[in-house]
Amino acid sequence: MEDTAVEEAEVSGAAEFAPALVAAHPFGHSVAVAVGPDLRVFDLQGGCAVSLSDDSGGPAHSDAIRAITFGAGGDLFASAGDDKLVKVWKTGPWRCIRTITSEKRVSAVAFSNDGLYVAFADKFGVVWLEAAGEDDEGHVSADSKPVSIFGHYCSIITSMKFSPDGRFIATADRDFKIRVTLFPKNPMKGATEIQSFCLGHTEFVSCIAFTRISGGSCFLLSGGGDSAVRLWDHINGCLLDTYDVRDNVGELSEPNETEDSNLAIGNICLTNNNSMVAVAIQSLNGLMLLACDLVAKKLSFLKVIRTEKSYIPTSLASRCWEGLLWTVMGASNMPNQSVSQLLTRVKIIPLAQKDVQASAGHDSAALDDTEVPHGEKLLLALQGSLDGSKQEEVLAAVLAALKVSMHKMLVKKNYSEERREQRKRGRNDKKIKN
Amino acid sequence: MTRTSGANGGGGQSGKLPRKRFYRARAHSNPLSDSHFPIPISPDDFDLSQHYPRYYPADKGERGDGEEVEAPLIRFADVGCGFGGLLVGLSPLFPDKLMIGMELRDKVTEYVKERVLALRASNPGQYDNISVVRTNSMKYIPNYFRKAQLSKMFFLFPDPHFKEKNHRRRVISMQLLDEYAFVMGVGGIIYTITDVEELGVWMRSCLEKHPLFEAVPEEEIEVDPVVKLLSTATEEGQKVARNGGQTFQAIFRRISLQEE
Ligand SMILES: C[S@@+](CC[C@H](N)C(=O)[O-])C[C@H]1O[C@@H](n2cnc3c(N)ncnc32)[C@H](O)[C@@H]1O
Repeated sequence: MEDTAVEEAEVSGAAEFAPALVAAHPFGHSVAVAVGPDLRVFDLQGGCAVSLSDDSGGPAHSDAIRAITFGAGGDLFASAGDDKLVKVWKTGPWRCIRTITSEKRVSAVAFSNDGLYVAFADKFGVVWLEAAGEDDEGHVSADSKPVSIFGHYCSIITSMKFSPDGRFIATADRDFKIRVTLFPKNPMKGATEIQSFCLGHTEFVSCIAFTRISGGSCFLLSGGGDSAVRLWDHINGCLLDTYDVRDNVGELSEPNETEDSNLAIGNICLTNNNSMVAVAIQSLNGLMLLACDLVAKKLSFLKVIRTEKSYIPTSLASRCWEGLLWTVMGASNMPNQSVSQLLTRVKIIPLAQKDVQASAGHDSAALDDTEVPHGEKLLLALQGSLDGSKQEEVLAAVLAALKVSMHKMLVKKNYSEERREQRKRGRNDKKIKN
Repeated sequence: MTRTSGANGGGGQSGKLPRKRFYRARAHSNPLSDSHFPIPISPDDFDLSQHYPRYYPADKGERGDGEEVEAPLIRFADVGCGFGGLLVGLSPLFPDKLMIGMELRDKVTEYVKERVLALRASNPGQYDNISVVRTNSMKYIPNYFRKAQLSKMFFLFPDPHFKEKNHRRRVISMQLLDEYAFVMGVGGIIYTITDVEELGVWMRSCLEKHPLFEAVPEEEIEVDPVVKLLSTATEEGQKVARNGGQTFQAIFRRISLQEE
C-alpha cells in the first residue's frame, strides 16, 4: 500500500494543465510557441510561419510540450514533454534531426553552451544527456542513447539552465531546491560534482535564469511559489538579494484580491541588456519589472505593466540585449479540452531604456494587435486564431486552469500529510484488532 | 504486508533499555512521502543550540565579553541512526567532535533524544556532542550541512529495499552519493555495513563507480577505531551478531575529482 502512495506522489501533476510556452531565437531570427502537443514557429526574417519538417524518423509530439529552448548559438532548438519525447531541431532551415525517447515524461530541457549536448529532466528528477546535433557528415547516430548524469532525489525538476560561461548546469525543483552542478569535460560519464545548493525559497522553485555582467561574472536568478525573486552567487550558494513581489502588492491587485497564494512567480526573463527582470506572476494581468543591478547585487522594483484584465502571461521570452518582450498565455490538458482551446494569446511588450528610471508618467504597454511585427500573419501563426470572441473564452478557461493548478501545487504537501495520517490510523486500527 | 528482510525493524525487541517498547514504531518508513516535520531552509537556519546547548548557549548573542570562540560544526552524521547506539559509542571516542543522528521515524527519534538527555544527566560533562534530528536524509541533507562540512558519514544496516523498482529508495545510490560527496570534505570517510549480501554488493559497487570516492585500504581499516563499532555498537548490529549473521562493509574515502 505504500507503493501506491509513492506512485501517486510521482504522477501527481499528471492531470495538471500545461502552460503555453514561448521562446525567442537569440538573434531574433524566429520565435516559437508551444501549446499542448502543438509547436508553432514564426520566421521573423522571412515574415512567415515555418512549416516544420521531420527527418528524425521519430514520432511527432502527441501530448503536452512542457519545455522548449533555443541553443545559445541559435542553430538548435528542442521541444520535450509529456509524450516522453525530446525532439531536437535545426533552425536554419527548420527540421527535426533527432527524436529521443525518454523512459518518463520530460519536465525540462536545455542545450549545453557549446551546443554539443542536449540535457533533459524526467518526472523522477533524473537528468539525462545525449549528443545534440549531427556529426561532421550530417548523420545522427542511431544507436546512441541518453545517459543519466545526475538526479534530484524524487522531486520534479521545474527548470534547467546552463551557465553562460559553460561551467555549470543548474536545476531547480518542486521542493525549493536549486542544485548547481559542475559540467565536466566529459559529461557523458556523469556530472557528479556539486558546486553549490542555492537554498532560500520556501516553496517550489518555478524558474531559474542565468545572467552576467557583460564579459564578467555570472549570477543566477530564480522565482518561486513563495512570491520571491532571488539573486544568487551560485558559485558559493549565497543568496545575494530577495525581492518579494508582495512588497508591491498594492500595485498588483485590486483591493479585494490580495490572496498570497495567487502571487506565485510563474516565469522570469532577463531583458534590456540583462539590466531588467520581467516577472510573470500567477494572478497578475501584466508583468512586473525589476531592476537587476549586478554590481550592487540588488533587485529593486521598477514598475508594473498592465495588460487587459483577462491576460495573465504563462511564459515570457526575450533576447537578452533587446528590449522586446514576448509573452504568451494559454494552456492544454484542461478538463473538457477541445482542439479550439489550444488557442493561445500572444502579446509583445516593448521596453525602452527609460523604463529603468521607473518614471511613473511613462507608460509601457503591450503592442496593439495591429502594431505587432508582421501583424495578423504572425498572430494567426502563433495564436491559432484571430477571433476575438473565441479568444476571450479561451483566456477565461486558461485563467481558471491556472488558479486550480497553482492551488494544487501549493496545497500538495498538506494533502499528503492528511492522507498519511489517515493511513496511519488505518494501520493502528488493524493492529488493535489482531 | 510482505516480509522484506530480517535485517529490518529496529522495532524494539532487543530489550536492553526497558523503555524502548514505549517507542515501538513500525519497521519501515517511506522515504518518498512528503515531510510534515520542520526542515531548516538552509544550514544557516539549523538551530544548533537545541542540540548542543553546551557548545551553543542560547544567550550567546548577548555575551559582551568580546571573546568569540568559534563554536565547532557538526562533523559526523549517522544516517538512519535508528536507536542511536553508534552515536553513544562514538561520543566518548571523539569528545570534541559534534555528531548528529538522522532518523525518519518519529518515535525512534524521540527515543534517541530521551536517551541522550538521560546519558547527559547521569554523566555530567559527557555526551554533550551527540544529538538526533528527525528528517528524511534522502531529501534534505543539503539543508543541514554546508559544503565539505562532514568528515565521517555512517550508513549502518540500512533498509534493503529488495524490489528492483524500489532500488532508488536505497540510501546509497549514485544520485545520493553526489550529495554525500558535496557535504563531505576531501579525505572524509563514508562507512557502510549491512547483513544483506545483495545490498552490500550494491553499496560497494555504487561507491566504486562514483568518481568522488575511493576504497580505503585494508591496512587503514584495520587500525581505524571506528570500524569495530560498525558491527557492535548499534541495535541492529547487535541483533545480527546474536544471530551469528554475516556482515558486509564498504568503507570509502572522499577524494577530489581527477579530470583526465
Ligand atoms: C534497519 S534500521 C538501522 C538503524 C541503525 N543504523 C542500526 O544499525 O541499528 C534503518 C533505519 O533507517 C531509518 N531510515 C530509513 N530511511 C530513512 C531516511 N530517508 N532518512 C532518515 N532515516 C531513514 C529507518 O527509520 C530505520 O530506523
